Amino acid sequence: MEMFDDPARWLPFTFAALMGVSILIYVILDGFDLGVGVLFPFATDEEKDTMVASIGPFWDANETWLVLAIGLLLVAFPSAHGTILTALYLPVAIMLIGLILRGVAFEFRVKAPTPHKRLWNWAFFGGSLLTSLAQGYMLGKYVMGLEFTLGTWAFSAITAVFLTVAYSFIGACWLILKTEYTLQAKAVDWAKGGIWGVVIGFGAISLATPLVSPRIFDKWFSLPEILWLAPLPILSGVVFYLLWRSLNALPNATDKGAILPFICAITLFTLAFGGLAYSFYPYVVPEKLTIYEAASAPESLMIILVGTIFVLPMIGGYTALAYTVFKGKAAELRYD
Amino acid sequence: MDTLILSRIQFGANISFHILFPTITIALGWVLLFFKLRFNWTGDMKWMEAYRFWVKVFALSFAMGVVSGITMSFQFGTNWPGFMETVGNIAGPLLAYEVLTAFFLEAVFLGIMLFGFSRVPGWLHTTATFLVAFGTTMSAFWIIVLNSWMHTPAGYEIRDGVAFATDWFAIIFNPSMPYRFTHMLLASGLTVAFLIAGLSAFRWLIGDRSNGVRAALKTGVYLAALLIPVQILMGDLHGLNTLEHQPQKVAAMEGNWETGPNVPLLLFAIPDEQARENRMEIGIPNMASIILKHKADGVVPGLNDFVTADGDVLHPPVAPVFWSFRIMVGTGFAMLFLSWAASLLMLRKGRGPEGLPKVLLVAMVPMAFSGWVATLAGWYTTEIGRQPWLVQGVLTTKQAVADVPAPLVWTTLAAYLAIYALLLVAYIYVLFYLARKGVDGELPKPRTPLAGQALNRSVPAE
Ligand code: HDD
Ligand code: HEM
Ligand code: HEM
Repeated sequence: MEMFDDPARWLPFTFAALMGVSILIYVILDGFDLGVGVLFPFATDEEKDTMVASIGPFWDANETWLVLAIGLLLVAFPSAHGTILTALYLPVAIMLIGLILRGVAFEFRVKAPTPHKRLWNWAFFGGSLLTSLAQGYMLGKYVMGLEFTLGTWAFSAITAVFLTVAYSFIGACWLILKTEYTLQAKAVDWAKGGIWGVVIGFGAISLATPLVSPRIFDKWFSLPEILWLAPLPILSGVVFYLLWRSLNALPNATDKGAILPFICAITLFTLAFGGLAYSFYPYVVPEKLTIYEAASAPESLMIILVGTIFVLPMIGGYTALAYTVFKGKAAELRYD
Repeated sequence: MDTLILSRIQFGANISFHILFPTITIALGWVLLFFKLRFNWTGDMKWMEAYRFWVKVFALSFAMGVVSGITMSFQFGTNWPGFMETVGNIAGPLLAYEVLTAFFLEAVFLGIMLFGFSRVPGWLHTTATFLVAFGTTMSAFWIIVLNSWMHTPAGYEIRDGVAFATDWFAIIFNPSMPYRFTHMLLASGLTVAFLIAGLSAFRWLIGDRSNGVRAALKTGVYLAALLIPVQILMGDLHGLNTLEHQPQKVAAMEGNWETGPNVPLLLFAIPDEQARENRMEIGIPNMASIILKHKADGVVPGLNDFVTADGDVLHPPVAPVFWSFRIMVGTGFAMLFLSWAASLLMLRKGRGPEGLPKVLLVAMVPMAFSGWVATLAGWYTTEIGRQPWLVQGVLTTKQAVADVPAPLVWTTLAAYLAIYALLLVAYIYVLFYLARKGVDGELPKPRTPLAGQALNRSVPAE
């Protein structure tokens, strides 16, 4: 392909792809552990401990994907980085405060004196909720081209709520996989409750994106694109059906299919993300700045790429190790 | 107040809060590895007790470090877009390497280190502990490389107002990096040594005479006694390096206005930038010249050299640099005194902690946080001493600031400050709570197998 002849073309593309993958992995991984936090108030005190135990060994690594994604944006597309983050100043600050609260609550809730535990449980819930809402709001703002009007504000408020529901949905699917007995049964109910939020949320964003931008409309609704894009919504429909079936078969005595809802949830998130990525490519700041205009010097990108290619498989390897060590139903977390 | 000053305060507040916790985790990781290895070799439960107590402090500090670190990585974009736009080609790869080589390593193995004790074989647990310690040290390395490059930029060229890398080796091993990195690692070691000594002294004072406390107390005191002379020497070398590259910073540290020989070392003074002179000076004659030039009539640079003919001030604000430098050095000498006195008393007739008089033990408790004080003071010297530059000679702080409305910056600043104050109180409170809990025997009795035997029990509790 001729594209690969010119580093000033393929490097930005590669970095946009890497960044996209990091964001997707982040949304899935931190999505489930934020979701577990959002579901906190619906659980009993004992269930809360199990819920935290199910994410305890993972949450830190999960959040590192956010650091990588923002790092890639920062290093590969410096000018876009400034534009996007200054436009999202307030929601970013709110998200950070949320992340701070929930991150430390993990530790404090088990180390502080017992009477304070309730307080830290609330901090954990509050932080998770703030983070999810802020991320949903930013998604909406971004889809609306970072414009600030009453309409875009309302739209962003809607995406804030739906992303939060989507997170609690994938969180519930994770709990189905990692827990048993009453908590698992509860998680099945939570997941069922969350599906509708996800459907409406996906629908709203899918409808809004082409409407906001004629360019995106053309990308989806013209021939021949529409033909090879058609599988995307069809596949989503199939996954929703599978999800519904697997949820109805749970919980059961042998725990058969306990992993299915989580896999379906990951697939749905991936499809939705793929759709968004297709809509926005090649822009990094919607309708204003393309990845090619915003990219850093090729020499600098090359240096990072070499490291990335070398290190990513290693990260994959030891992440797999961690998930193997802590596989199975969540057990009480102890340091000994 | 305008956006610039608010953003500076916000950045300073966030990084000050962040640095408190890495300072602990960088060295505590190695100390934990030490406890673990001692336990593996001797089988003595006291090392396990020490490990078990301090791994909790590590987990808590690490969580604080991670969440405040995430805040840091967004700050560049939200408050300093000019920074990445101008020097992104250099800062970018360094930050990326930090994430790739350090953050993932420590974040993934942290889970195994903390919760894997009875799930994985002993050697894997020890390896995980090592990798976490190694990872935190790597993060410190990369970020210090970047920070040092901002002080003493090298290996780059400017084209159309944007910095491009020409020599990565020169960038990474820029002139101040080796000094700053060593000084920071030692600072971390000292912070942890005093934290361990202080909390253990606290447990000792309230009656916990267990072998675990005894082992930790001795480790803390001896480590401190060992590191502090090295740190003072390194600090001196660091200062000489700074004299070469950022003389205006050294002039501010010394509070010296006129370039000349026989400059005294000021112990106290109130620098007055309006009058461009010091009030109420108390100093040791010739001493600054001797320290910086190794002879009594050595010529030391003065601040007045850094004012242009049209009155533009190109040196940093004097009083904050002058004072934070003195706080750091003063704390350093307090550390020297305390740790050497305690070591000598403990070694005398081999009496261990029993040989320590009560006053010394009581003094150790507030000194538990002396590392934080010295580290912050040191960073304030360094960072404020670089002003008005953000990247020395390349980019001023003013050029980098974001065009965000001031009210937005101060509301978020207020929110951060409130949360940080709350978390600091909670953190210190929980440290002492954990220390007290150890005494009441609330900790579960040892139920751990010797290292290696964990293998047989590695089936996850399903
Ligand atoms: C436990 C912490 C600690 C202690 C006891 C000391 N320092 Fe320090 N110092 C630091 C922790 C630190 C630091 C926080 O780590 C800094 C900030 C940047 C750096 O590299 O190290 C620092 C910076 C710093 C600088 C600024 C260099 C620059 O930015 O250009 C100088 C000249 C010294 N130190 C010198 C000393 C001397 C002469 C000490 C003798 C007592 C001393 N330090 C004790
Ligand atoms: C770790 C301990 C550090 C502390 C305590 C610290 C503290 C500070 C303080 C107090 C300021 C404000 C200076 C002023 O207002 O005059 C500042 C500025 C700044 N520092 Fe640091 N710093 C640290 C490390 C770093 C590192 C590692 C970096 C970059 C990688 C960095 C980048 C900056 C930047 C971008 C500013 C700009 C804002 C300004 O000049 O006010 N700092 N820092
Ligand atoms: C502007 C400067 C800085 C940025 C952007 C930054 C960013 C971060 C981030 C994102 C994390 C979390 C990593 C994770 O997810 O595991 C982190 C942790 C860490 N940082 Fe910083 N940091 C900065 C300054 C510093 C400084 C000055 C030091 C030390 C000298 C330092 C040392 C560490 C260490 C050792 C950790 C890992 C251990 C821990 O979390 O406590 N950082 N930093």
